[in-house]
Amino acid sequence: MQKYSVWSLLRESFAGHKGWRTQWRRAAPKPSYDAIIVGGGGHGLGAAYYLAAEHGITNVAVLEKGWIGGGNTGRNTTIVRSNYLFTESARLYDHSLKLWETLSQVVNYNMMYSPRGVMMLAHSVHDVQVIKRHVHANRCNGVDNEWLTPAEAKAFCPPLNIEQNIRYPIMGAALQRRGGTVRHDAVAWGYARAADALGVDIIENCEVTGIRRDSSGAVEAVETSRGLIRSRKIGVAVAAHTSVVLGLAGVRLPLECFPLQALVSEPLKPVVPCVVMSNSVHAYISQSDKGELVIGAGTDAYTSYTQRGALHINAHTLEAICELFPIFRRVRMMRNWAGGVDVTPDRSPIIAKTPVPGLYVNCGWGTGGFKATPGSAHVFAWTIARDEPHPLNAPFTLERFRDGLLIDEAAAAAVAH
Amino acid sequence: MLLINCPYCGPRPELEFGYGGQAHIARPADPAKASADEWAAYLYLRTNTFGVRAERWRHVRGCARFFNALRDTTNDQILATYRSGEPPPAIAQRGLR
Repeated sequence: MQKYSVWSLLRESFAGHKGWRTQWRRAAPKPSYDAIIVGGGGHGLGAAYYLAAEHGITNVAVLEKGWIGGGNTGRNTTIVRSNYLFTESARLYDHSLKLWETLSQVVNYNMMYSPRGVMMLAHSVHDVQVIKRHVHANRCNGVDNEWLTPAEAKAFCPPLNIEQNIRYPIMGAALQRRGGTVRHDAVAWGYARAADALGVDIIENCEVTGIRRDSSGAVEAVETSRGLIRSRKIGVAVAAHTSVVLGLAGVRLPLECFPLQALVSEPLKPVVPCVVMSNSVHAYISQSDKGELVIGAGTDAYTSYTQRGALHINAHTLEAICELFPIFRRVRMMRNWAGGVDVTPDRSPIIAKTPVPGLYVNCGWGTGGFKATPGSAHVFAWTIARDEPHPLNAPFTLERFRDGLLIDEAAAAAVAH
Repeated sequence: MLLINCPYCGPRPELEFGYGGQAHIARPADPAKASADEWAAYLYLRTNTFGVRAERWRHVRGCARFFNALRDTTNDQILATYRSGEPPPAIAQRGLR
């Protein structure tokens, strides 16, 4: 692997940038692997990287139907945080946040982790109570979070409108200072490059069309658009298409797939210094390093695989943004897109073994999977390598729905579901 | 935004409707005898179909009645709507996956 540093940058600057090498090989599928990851997004590439780096399993393939990072990894609003209510979630997401802090150095790829603070607004007495409960629950779990008065919120984020004459006036806010943003594309590319350097084959344009099982029921191979590939361990991390892929092995999951939209404005000079979220009026916003306002909208009401949503969903979010930030009323929106998100009944993910031996699943991240990418990938690799869950993902089983052990984060997620 | 044909009121914009999820899910016939797996399936397992799905809609801001629709989840086209209690129209049933 060509190491990136200020020295390599200087050297290439003087050499006309002709020495940069391809970041990962264009691998062709081998007949068999020790483990196969289906899905070349952040969670899948990360899992492949940790299988190689931490578990010594380097004969691994990542199979991607399209191109790597072309799904939700490249479509999200890049926000990372760990201020979840329940202990199980706080541990998992904080594990992830801790990995974000050093990930750029670990994989030698600048992911532009920016702990600029994530602020969640309260607009009603109920909001205040719920958010304060979150603050206290987080602090009990060792996750930083603090309560701000409206004036303190405004001091932290100057364009915020804290006038009391708006429809949903701001009554306070919670602030997680360690939260912030990470450059989403760099996550896919950085993990791909680091995994490739350890011997992982990244195979794009390779759609899984079947999962073959032996007489005992265990997985033995995947059928793909590029031929049959054998492996006794198959990890699936394909977000919206999880139901389709696991359906190939006869596994049904408590998932429904919805379109989730985001949009960006024309580039502006730096104006929003942190991430601002409002669950009640349904808006969240941050500013990219390019200067675009990055705005997350909601999901459509109905299930869909279309990766496009309805315009009134965006309009609803923009109305809220304009009320919270009146200075943005004249800002033009530049691009709008959607991704498919797989939502579980309790809005918590599933990172677990399936009833099929050798088949593992990492899904159900719903509207908030990006922030969990390194933590999720890390414990998923553990689960695949050892055929048992890591203590952090042990509660996130498929069986919790049967056993009544839900991790009910519905009200704790970034946006109202 | 979808244009949805309410079987009672006619075509109306999606904003008038609420979504009710997958249709034709039957509660376990003998609840006392249903196993944990059967309850979990009834409560949580959905088809999440990549293709034509039978689903419930409610014309909340109109007649307020529930009805069913067949919609292709790969392009959001609504192929048919029909009243609750009726079976899905046969013409679209071929597409059910």
